[in-house]
Amino acid sequence: MELFNPNSKIDFLGGRKVSIVISALLVLASLGLLATRGLNYALDFTGGVLVEAKFEEPVQTDQVRAALEAGGFHNAQVQSVGGTREVSIRLQPTEEQKDAEVVGRDVIAAIKQQRADVSLKRHPDLVGSSVGAELRNDGIVAAVFVMLGIMIYIGIRFEKRFAIAAIASEIHDTILTLGFFSLTQLEFDLTVLAALLAVIGYSINDKVVVFDRVRELFRLARKAEPYEILNKAINQTLSRTIMTSLTTSLTMFALYFVGGPAVHGFGLTMLVGIVIGTLSSIFFANPILYWLGVSKTDLMPVTRENPELARRP
Amino acid sequence: MNDFPRWKYAIVVVVLLLGVLYGVPNLYVQQPAVQVNPNRGATIDLALKEKVQGMLEKAKIPFERIDLNNDQLMVRLPIGATDEQGKALEAIKAELGDQYVVAPNLASTVPGWMRAIGAREMPKGLDLQGGVHFLMEVDDKDVLEKQLQRYSDDIRSALRDKNIRYQSVGRGPQGVVVQLRSAEDRDAALSTIQSKVPDVVVSNGAQVGDSYTLNASVKPEKIREIALNTIRQNQATLSNRINALGVAEPLIQQQGETRIAVELPGVQDTAEAKKVLGAQATLEYHAVDTDGDAFEAMRSGIVPPDDKLYYMRQRAPDGSKVPILLKKKIIVSGDEMVDASSQPDPQSGSPAVSVVLNANGGRKMLDFTTQNVGKPMAVLFIERTPETKIVDGKEVRSTKVTEEVISSARINGVFSTRFQTTGLGSNKEASDLALLLRSGSLAAPTDIVEERVIGPSLGKENIQKGIYAVLLGLGAVLVFMAFYYWLFGLIADLALFFNLVLLLAIMSAIGVTLTMPGIAGIVLTLGMAIDANVLICERVREELRNGSTPLAAIRAGYDKAWATILDANVTHLLAALALMTLGSGAIRGFGVTLFIGILTSMFTSVTVTHAVTNLIHGGKKKLKGLSIGSGYTRGATA
Repeated sequence: MELFNPNSKIDFLGGRKVSIVISALLVLASLGLLATRGLNYALDFTGGVLVEAKFEEPVQTDQVRAALEAGGFHNAQVQSVGGTREVSIRLQPTEEQKDAEVVGRDVIAAIKQQRADVSLKRHPDLVGSSVGAELRNDGIVAAVFVMLGIMIYIGIRFEKRFAIAAIASEIHDTILTLGFFSLTQLEFDLTVLAALLAVIGYSINDKVVVFDRVRELFRLARKAEPYEILNKAINQTLSRTIMTSLTTSLTMFALYFVGGPAVHGFGLTMLVGIVIGTLSSIFFANPILYWLGVSKTDLMPVTRENPELARRP
Repeated sequence: MNDFPRWKYAIVVVVLLLGVLYGVPNLYVQQPAVQVNPNRGATIDLALKEKVQGMLEKAKIPFERIDLNNDQLMVRLPIGATDEQGKALEAIKAELGDQYVVAPNLASTVPGWMRAIGAREMPKGLDLQGGVHFLMEVDDKDVLEKQLQRYSDDIRSALRDKNIRYQSVGRGPQGVVVQLRSAEDRDAALSTIQSKVPDVVVSNGAQVGDSYTLNASVKPEKIREIALNTIRQNQATLSNRINALGVAEPLIQQQGETRIAVELPGVQDTAEAKKVLGAQATLEYHAVDTDGDAFEAMRSGIVPPDDKLYYMRQRAPDGSKVPILLKKKIIVSGDEMVDASSQPDPQSGSPAVSVVLNANGGRKMLDFTTQNVGKPMAVLFIERTPETKIVDGKEVRSTKVTEEVISSARINGVFSTRFQTTGLGSNKEASDLALLLRSGSLAAPTDIVEERVIGPSLGKENIQKGIYAVLLGLGAVLVFMAFYYWLFGLIADLALFFNLVLLLAIMSAIGVTLTMPGIAGIVLTLGMAIDANVLICERVREELRNGSTPLAAIRAGYDKAWATILDANVTHLLAALALMTLGSGAIRGFGVTLFIGILTSMFTSVTVTHAVTNLIHGGKKKLKGLSIGSGYTRGATA
């Protein structure tokens, strides 16, 4: 079976001005959204209210969760405590119910709809964030280091223009994915943060495969016209680009649609990231590479540097 | 063709077998347990085991068996007996008293021989399995009291600077009380304090005779700030301690105004964690008063004004206490230590703690030792242990403070930031103390007020959904690959399966905590691992298209794809490495998963598939076609 024409000759670079302008506008829009609306941080980051409830008869946490869901408390974290008759419930209060007492009363009322034997174990408490501000900062530091490391590696293995193009598109992808979360105001929790950082990994993977082909074609070609080489590289790797994004998407679709609330956000972030990352490899990274003026001579010395790589199976 | 040597096949087989061996422990279910560790001075022995056993039998609490090893008892309860676990915990605690640390736990059921070779189950995070919950109460009275003392000093010096005469500045019921001699002085003092000590609210108090009073109380927002800082510092210290113990993925969270919740995932040394959480031990260095007579002071109770009477930990041969008079002034204390480690004293081999002071402490120590060579200096060990007594059926908590001089020795030479302290009872005590000193002191006394076993924060249903999604996603990838690349797809599928086994095996062996984001990370890794096979298959197809023979196409396909796979994976590894080293908690676990997954996928996707491909095709002399998708099965029908 063959999904794609192996000899496709689509002129991807032809629309570079349009695609770069669109990318730039999207980045600006995302930054604007992040500045004005920000992200909808989840319980992990903001902290919330802790309500402890006790029951006369043993209770399943899933039952409590369902009761809360029915009562309008979404994304509550329900945990059994010390056996089967007590649960602790952590949730993010809405705007109207800033008071822990009020939240506690409402929560118990909601559970009472399904379990009459529930009562409040003690005064509800405000709880702090579980990850704290340092994680948010760690996340940013991690992202910066990821990008620096990648830049240095690509700079050594390829050439500095490739490194610049890669990092520019990494920043582009990250900002756009964040912009998506700001636009939709979907919950931004720890798993989403993890997925966001994984998007960086996925996206760079994708770009390196295309860059690799660009390098190979430059070295093989006798008359190396950058425009044609870049187009050819995208076309030749197109089938692989789409195949890999398809297989990765398959797993992420499963997480998104049937994985339940715990991995829902992860799946969605990756799916958005895969789309953005794949498109940016073609329509953002390569036009930048072209404009930076990559040429055959830039890539030649590297071959002699690493003769043992060619020998590897 | 035989470009795939035999030793490479051997490596593949050995690695896969090891993968299975180290992956298998994850199939064993854990059982609820109660763990007993000794406090200082207590021992764990057979007699204790029998005592606990007898007590449990009498109380009719079902248990499977009690293990005695490594100086701890592990009471194992039947799988699923979570309600009984609480009862057993309470019963054992009541029986053993404060001599022992008793904590709930989850015990592994992996057979001993597997554990002996380091094969164990992956610890699961709080979200998947739950763990142990400790609620700690922070007592910030002392901190406020100290702060009030500081404000009194500030007020005094402010008044002195302005030449305002005062009768007294002291501690009143509401805050600081300033007594002045005239109404003018009072007015001047009021404005001075308001401008110089902005954290307090000053108001006129009653006038008694010639004495005019000012009441200064700390602003409520300042009190809140002090309380918040106290709890923050305690939170940081507790988290340092937990990290120093090597507990993975803990949750440390402020709860309410004065409490901190600490949650630890199961199958870890919970009793040790409990001991370390509640413990408060520190060292103080004092000069010994050589002029005073300590025995006389002990007998008469009259102690020189600058001194305080302490006792040596080491008793006299006849068992009586040995008194010692120390100067009240502290030379340096645990707060000024930046690092501490336990190592036996190189000369005597006795347990010792090596400490490193900060610059300020080092300077003070240098000054002191320079001036006092030949005179003795003592090391005071201060420990606070929480005690729980049942009075009238109610739990009453109190704290016992132990202050002992663990060593008193002549200063032989001048030293500043680095030195060693001996006199500790055991190497264990030395390492416990070093841990406490290293992780910083608690700003305020913090006691455990509640401890319970908690269930998974995600809930059974959500965990099942997550696992179902993982299987579905992988199944879809497997089918898709086989459908698109035929035999080569099936080989890739086989490799993917082994990738999963290897990944789980390595994660288990090095003890990565499995969490839901971690599972998502595994799926992502597997989804992306296929990329290498896609690259190889596409290359082989390309070679076939360009007219290569099947065997040459395989060889060229693997060769050419390798460079790409290497570059793509190294950059991806860099990304994972950053997550692993810089992120904290769940992010780190995710990074570790990604990192290991990339490494295993490079092995399985390239080496394993190459081995299998060669095994299938290499033996045939004349290969007409390859089963790599419909367009390329050339010669298959010819």
